[in-house]
Amino acid sequence: MYSQISKNKWNSLFLFILFFILIGAVAYVINLLFFQGYLFIIVAAIIAIIFSLISYYSGDKIVLSMVKAREANKKDYAHLINSVEGLSIAAGIPSPKVYVIPGMQINAFACGVSPKKASVAFTEGSLQKLNRQELEGVIAHELSHIKNYDIRVMVLASVLVGIIVFASEIMLRSFIFGGVRSNENKGGSAQIILIAVGVVLLILAPIVAQIIKFAISRKREYLADASGALLTRYPKGLADALRKIKADHEELRTASNATAHMFISNPFKKKQWLASMFASHPDINDRIQKLDSM
Amino acid sequence: MDLVYWILIIFGVIVLYIIVAYNSLIVLRTRINNAWSQIDVQLKRRYDLIPNLIKTVQGYVKHEKTVLTEVTKARANLMSGNMNQKAKASDQLTNALKSLFAVAENYPQLKANENFKMLQEELSGTESKIAYSRQFYNDSVMSFNIKIQRFPASIIANAFRFTKREFFKAEGKEKENIKVEF
Repeated sequence: MYSQISKNKWNSLFLFILFFILIGAVAYVINLLFFQGYLFIIVAAIIAIIFSLISYYSGDKIVLSMVKAREANKKDYAHLINSVEGLSIAAGIPSPKVYVIPGMQINAFACGVSPKKASVAFTEGSLQKLNRQELEGVIAHELSHIKNYDIRVMVLASVLVGIIVFASEIMLRSFIFGGVRSNENKGGSAQIILIAVGVVLLILAPIVAQIIKFAISRKREYLADASGALLTRYPKGLADALRKIKADHEELRTASNATAHMFISNPFKKKQWLASMFASHPDINDRIQKLDSM
Repeated sequence: MDLVYWILIIFGVIVLYIIVAYNSLIVLRTRINNAWSQIDVQLKRRYDLIPNLIKTVQGYVKHEKTVLTEVTKARANLMSGNMNQKAKASDQLTNALKSLFAVAENYPQLKANENFKMLQEELSGTESKIAYSRQFYNDSVMSFNIKIQRFPASIIANAFRFTKREFFKAEGKEKENIKVEF
């Protein structure tokens, strides 16, 4: 367990470094092509530092607002909050903040940078469709992610990689639309810059996807299943919850490619090209089987 | 010269090991104490909730005096005595509450009472928290006991008088630990 924690801390650092190298590379290419001096590199470095700080200190809030989660109040969600508090005691971590995500799909995730600053979020659907044991199984799974520092890697991956993916999308769009127009106007230097950045990011995007896969190894899901079962002493609870998730065909509109890997199971029910490229979740049948054999 | 050099290195490594082992024992022992106070917090919480429950229930179930006295009696034993006595009292209270809630099933008006519903959720939440804090305490005790018996940490544990700790349990059945394999 403790080696898993230190591994996650190293992976987080590695993600930061990689992010800086990527930004640096893009800035360097642009600088080489269009500018003299180091101004652009300095600007890019400042932007990268700002984004890193933001993602470290409020990455959890960004992710939570991306899925439109709101904090659960003690009155309406007494049962959920009690269960989270109880299992946190069993895990030996401070009780995380509890959030509820609108939507009827059964799903949940945890985020934050350390056990002291962590949150768990559950969809309305999971609260309504799961019974007590199943919900506790899911909670225990999420708390294990917190205890193992998986959340730090996941949040950083979400935000840092999300920025790159988002930027490449914008660049590509302006490349496609701008490309048509530039035939008429003979183009401006600003457009050429956008095209260049777009092309660079286009090359980087698959690499970025690989990084996500690297950072969010599927092994950590099995590990969280196992240590979650250790907390509840009842592997069948989580196994039953996963069975219900498997049978569930509800879509979760608020999930995106940047956040999909954080959930307990893939929020995209329909097969997508991008989703399979980003697939970070092990096969659900395999997970159920492992839990059943405990 | 060479020999002195080697002796110094070996001596340094041993000292380093003693420091690391001692510190990890301290961490484990602190965790046990921490876990124990967690149990106490939850027991206290339950202790404080029960008068409210009795007050709410009394008005509805006038003929079920025995159930209520059982609960009150078990509550009185909760905050005194050593670990084993507390564990026993806690189990007693759990049973008494179980029969109280079973009796409440026969009183639809009581069951519909908002206050009662809230107290029931709070008490069952507290009860599972007690179970979980107990589990964490016993897990911590187990890893501590294993550590101080294992060679070579056992030497340091003996030298610094770290002794085995007791598990928190009454005669009742504990949830069994499960086997985890990859």
